[in-house]
Amino acid sequence: MRGARVGSLLALALLALVSLLAVGNGGRRVAVAADEPAANEKPAYGDTFVQASIGDITGLIPNITSDAPSHTVSGLIYDGLVQTDKDLNWVPSMAESWQFSKDCLTLTFKLRKDVKWHDGKPFTAEDVHFTYKTMMNPKTPTAYRDDFELVRDVQVLDPYTVRVIYSQPYAKALGSWGTAMLPKHLLAKYAEEGKLREAPQNTTNPVGTGPYKFQEWKSGEKVVLVANKDYYVQGRPYVGRIVYRIIPSQATIFLELKAKGVDMADLTAIQYARQTDYAAFKQDYNKYRYSANRYTYFGFNLKDPRFADKRVRQAFAYAINKPELIEGVVMGLAREATGPYRPGTWAYTDKVKRYPYDPAKARQLLAAAGWTDKNGDGILRNKDGQPFTFTIRTNQGNEERKKLAELIQQRLKEIGVQSDIQTIEWAAFLKEYIKQKRFEVIILGWGTGIDPDQYPIWHSSQMGPDQLNQISYANSEVDALLEKGRTSCNQKERVATYHRVQEILAEDQPLIFLYFNDALPAVSSRVRGIKPEPSGISYNFIDWFVPKALQRYTSG
Amino acid sequence: MALFALRRLVLAIPLLIGITFISFLVIQLAPGGPFDYIRGEESGQDSKLIERLNKEYGLDQPIYVQYWRWLVRIGRLDFGRSFQPDAKPVLTKIGERLPITLFLNFIQMIIIVALAIPIGVASATRQYSLFDKVTTVFVFIGFATPDFWLALLLMILFGVQLDWLPISGLRSLNYEYMTFWRQQVDFLSHLILPVTVVAFGGLAGLSRYMRQSMLEVVRQDYVQTARAKGLPEPVVIGKHALRNALLPVVTILGLSLPGLIGGSVIIESIFAIPGMGQLMVQSVFSRDYPVIMGNLVIVATLTLLANLFADLAYGMVDPRIRFAGRRGRRRR
Repeated sequence: MRGARVGSLLALALLALVSLLAVGNGGRRVAVAADEPAANEKPAYGDTFVQASIGDITGLIPNITSDAPSHTVSGLIYDGLVQTDKDLNWVPSMAESWQFSKDCLTLTFKLRKDVKWHDGKPFTAEDVHFTYKTMMNPKTPTAYRDDFELVRDVQVLDPYTVRVIYSQPYAKALGSWGTAMLPKHLLAKYAEEGKLREAPQNTTNPVGTGPYKFQEWKSGEKVVLVANKDYYVQGRPYVGRIVYRIIPSQATIFLELKAKGVDMADLTAIQYARQTDYAAFKQDYNKYRYSANRYTYFGFNLKDPRFADKRVRQAFAYAINKPELIEGVVMGLAREATGPYRPGTWAYTDKVKRYPYDPAKARQLLAAAGWTDKNGDGILRNKDGQPFTFTIRTNQGNEERKKLAELIQQRLKEIGVQSDIQTIEWAAFLKEYIKQKRFEVIILGWGTGIDPDQYPIWHSSQMGPDQLNQISYANSEVDALLEKGRTSCNQKERVATYHRVQEILAEDQPLIFLYFNDALPAVSSRVRGIKPEPSGISYNFIDWFVPKALQRYTSG
Repeated sequence: MALFALRRLVLAIPLLIGITFISFLVIQLAPGGPFDYIRGEESGQDSKLIERLNKEYGLDQPIYVQYWRWLVRIGRLDFGRSFQPDAKPVLTKIGERLPITLFLNFIQMIIIVALAIPIGVASATRQYSLFDKVTTVFVFIGFATPDFWLALLLMILFGVQLDWLPISGLRSLNYEYMTFWRQQVDFLSHLILPVTVVAFGGLAGLSRYMRQSMLEVVRQDYVQTARAKGLPEPVVIGKHALRNALLPVVTILGLSLPGLIGGSVIIESIFAIPGMGQLMVQSVFSRDYPVIMGNLVIVATLTLLANLFADLAYGMVDPRIRFAGRRGRRRR
């Protein structure tokens, strides 16, 4: 142990020395922190930005893919009618303005007249209509049809005016038009036949209206984008070329980062907290930290009679020490969750019931529910003498969740509850356990999206094998609130609705909300213009630039 | 010999069908389907899509129907399209990955053969000498070293600290702007680490085999005879003994031919090389049946062919084996 530490210290020292030498040789490295704008650093065009991605993309039409790498890449190629700003509000993108009718049933968009597809054809209302038709075509393999189910009609009033008519008010109406718009002139034939996947636009030649144009996709190796010089927003983006390098190993990404082979990569908690805390790294990279829209939970199968009892769930909540988990598993780089909304978002409230670590209270609640340790062997039993034992299941390959399971197992053991841990490969886990509801307790996560509507997760009508209410939560008040929340277009009213949802969920503890993970990107310090916000850093990517003197690559 | 080869080829067809049928069954036994990934951990994704896609691709049919449809298509050499959202033809997907894997494996094999045979011969002729012991320890260290660990150590040393070699990938980012020769140097410098790691790990098998086989041969009477008639030792070993000792090694090499198209997942992932190993593993994890089956058909065909070639090569190296009418017995 000691030897190892000395070894790594030596390695660090050597590394520091090497990088000092490198600075000496290079000479031109400017030691200015990114948030300290120097007078001579005018925004400049050019350079290449290399981003590491652990997975390959699966396609280039985002409407039919559902993985994060594909959406990251497509997000720069395509635009929607609206987009989110730094505070996650919907702001104009290809629509210059919009108007809701008083009853919230019609939404009229005025489109910008200066938007062109990457092939030079103008973007018009016909493309909006086509995108809607494509999303609703039963042959289109999209996972995002729900967004448009309530649309009764999309009317093209003139080439730059679109009217959307809803059959009932829909809270996510505006946000749903942030969907990538698709070019009718290229995709009409494929979409009609349901062959969107096979269209060349999905693999070799995507055409969007976004700030970057597609250059190449080398399967398993890289995706290359170049700046769209005709982008309709304030000229073109500064960074001339983006390369997504696909590196399937977390360890390799980290080494590439150290060797300055990539300009941006997501760090793991331990990398962020310990392994990048030396001068050379800090000089070459800026580290950022913000709360991601993703929380990890400890979920009960509510069909299991033991967990159907609210007192048992609350007892578990008292027995689990969230700060300990956050400290022990992600080095403090996460925010405690009290409900399904991220602290800081408009739907979030902290005025809900909390469960500080309190094993005595946990035992009390369990005793009230009929689980007692009569013979003093440290194991709780019910009145028939059956011990309280179950299995915690999570997906294989996620070390974080495995560690969570181990810490929680220990805490539960202290209150007399026995548990085993099982990790299962993802596809098998879904098929054999989740879909068939053959689980007792799971540790998984939810990505929550921008709108607070979480109808698919909590509504009692969503318990089917392929649906998302896998824990079988049913609460009629929550059902009513969810229905009300998603059909309201009054934000104030929605705030009240979702505050009430959080109060009930906190009381019910259908699952124990553990924490919201932090996103921990490191970005090369030669990149300027990054303005961290609670929502992240990438919202203003097209304003990022590298000062001329610091540019490293030709951008073509 | 031509007749023998032809007969073996014809017999290979039912064998191939049997192999694919069993593979098809086994793949489908693994729980989970190709479209379950759609149900991830994001709310707001429509799970009805899973059912629709299963229907569209015929996965709701009984397994024998699915196999029959697949077989009919393969009969027309149609390998189908991937189930992934990019829906690329299976052959395109394999074609994207195969060249680099073949190239890497070929270089690795040449290096291993070029090192292992001399090591094996030398340690056999100097059995129990210091050289024998040192090389034995060396090749076993190579055999026992986890390749991902060695890879990371070499990457830290040569990539991060010394900055002599690129860490991962196949080409530098400014590759397009290089001169032709600079491009070749760039490409080869990317291969040095992965090839070194694999070759180091692969030395043990072949060199030990060579040593063993050589030890057997040098005890034979005809080697004694060669020595007795006064031939110099290098000729005895290099000409009389080596040729015979190589026989089993040829078999092993022949059988490792199909391995040439399968990449190592660990090496490919660590060095970010987009090869066959990664493709196959990703296809298995995402239950991309057409790609898995396409890959299996190619590997199975190559294995059968390699077997045949190994047998034929035997005939050339060992004149006692004849193929006329009856198949010659394979020596072990």
